[in-house]
Amino acid sequence: MGAFEEDLYRDVILDHFKNPRNKGVVNSPDIELTGANPFCGDEIQITAKLAGEKIQDLRINPNGCAISQASASMMAEALEGQSINEIKSRIQLFRNKMLSNGTDSWPEAMEDMESLEGVKKYPVRVKCAVLAWNTLSEGLAEYAIKGAGNKVALRHVEGE
Amino acid sequence: MDDIRRDFPLITQGKVVYLDNAATTQKPRAVIDALVEYYENYNANVHRGVYEISEKATDAYEAARKKIADFIGAKETASIIFTRNATEAVNLAAYAWGDANVNEGDEILLTEMEHHSNIVPWQLLAQRKKAVIRFVPYAPETGKPKWEDLPSLSSSKTRLIAFTHVSNSLGTINPVPELIAQIRRLAPGAKILIDGAQGVPHLPVNVAAWDCDFLVFSAHKMLGPTGIGVFYAKKDVLEGMGPFLGGGDMIKEVRLDGAKWNDLPWKFEAGTPNIADAIAFGAALDYLNAIGLKAIHEHEVALTTHALQRLRAIEGVTCYGTKTAPERCGVVSFNLKGMHPHDTGTLLAREGVAVRVGHHCNMPLMRRLGIMGTTRASFYLYNTIEEIDALAAAIPKIQKVFM
Repeated sequence: MGAFEEDLYRDVILDHFKNPRNKGVVNSPDIELTGANPFCGDEIQITAKLAGEKIQDLRINPNGCAISQASASMMAEALEGQSINEIKSRIQLFRNKMLSNGTDSWPEAMEDMESLEGVKKYPVRVKCAVLAWNTLSEGLAEYAIKGAGNKVALRHVEGE
Repeated sequence: MDDIRRDFPLITQGKVVYLDNAATTQKPRAVIDALVEYYENYNANVHRGVYEISEKATDAYEAARKKIADFIGAKETASIIFTRNATEAVNLAAYAWGDANVNEGDEILLTEMEHHSNIVPWQLLAQRKKAVIRFVPYAPETGKPKWEDLPSLSSSKTRLIAFTHVSNSLGTINPVPELIAQIRRLAPGAKILIDGAQGVPHLPVNVAAWDCDFLVFSAHKMLGPTGIGVFYAKKDVLEGMGPFLGGGDMIKEVRLDGAKWNDLPWKFEAGTPNIADAIAFGAALDYLNAIGLKAIHEHEVALTTHALQRLRAIEGVTCYGTKTAPERCGVVSFNLKGMHPHDTGTLLAREGVAVRVGHHCNMPLMRRLGIMGTTRASFYLYNTIEEIDALAAAIPKIQKVFM
């Protein structure tokens, strides 16, 4: 493998791409989201079941490039079972790392995501890495407004 | 071909195997020089100055218009309107002709193979006028629109049929003269617009022989600068149209209670035009004429034949479009099994090969093909067999990354 594959298509990324974790759809979800990136045609479906302030079950159905699919898979794996507050701070950390070169270290649950840092060298592809995260973030913001017990269904379009 | 390559500074630098000519082409030294020459030696406005450099600029600007008319076989320079690009030219047609001639219940006929810029302006017109848009479906099995559906899709309500000469994402060549003859019989009341953005750079076009009402194209896809394009229309059609944009230069006389429009073609060129780029477009046409479109097309067919052969021989490659090269124009669109085109494009870039990836502003066509996008390699006169081989050699390497 050349330097490029090491910095962009690393084994961890390709593993998540080929074997996406938490793949599927949650039955009667509390949150049902679609994220789309019109530039590449990527689409990701995110469904989640909540138990109080915790995300009990989080499933993804990614359809896109290796970077967007792997990032979604890592997200689903790392955020399932977490409290909404914890999820929000992890989303914030991820965005800091990807979009503004944040220097915080990755917590253990988010170790795999270190592999995505290579994407920063390819600015047009950063959008792929943040698609799932931005979609979930918008969904949770809507959930906070609507209040628990009210189903959230929305479509997030990257760049809008 | 080495001689030709030396005329292109960016090609000579050899930094990249440039196979994205359907997006934009490289520029020869002659075109770059024409831009510099204008700005350094006779930069002045046109149609207004009474001094020498303004007269020179006006002459060069109008001479470029004449070169364009000759290049596409237009009978009169009055039919050649400068726009920013082909997209603006379609919009000009949709507003200046469409608003006055398309009414509620009228029909507009397009194909599923159209670029977004030959769909969206018509959708906007249809919304404004409550008109109906119909589409000739695309047939993935042949790589062509189902032109046999034309009789059932056209009617006395059809006001306009707009379709591309050459598909930007597949390279499919439409048999324009035969189709126009058929449309004239089926829908005698309809105007015909040809999107020449991917055709005019590669194939001889003759609007007078074709008898189309409108033709649009862009300079930057045929060695010219960005920001300059052409709207061609039959003179009598233009005379029946009101202006598109209002302002200076498109008027003969303005009074506080109204204005009189200028003569053609200036009626449709409001404001200071893109003088330098129009002149440099003229230089691009001189360059193309010296080589000849016939030689260019033959070269492209050879490259395309070779590319199809090489790519189809690689396991996991799916090519889209027509079966054989002569039915298409310098484009090979493909996907690699298990890989998204954006990953393919990023990895090819790493191997020094520049291609376009994604939906190519053809989302309805991609939907019909059941894919999110393709990887598109597109060729022009300066590309070589060795560059096709570089693309083909890179593919197994990048496939390995995903194995």
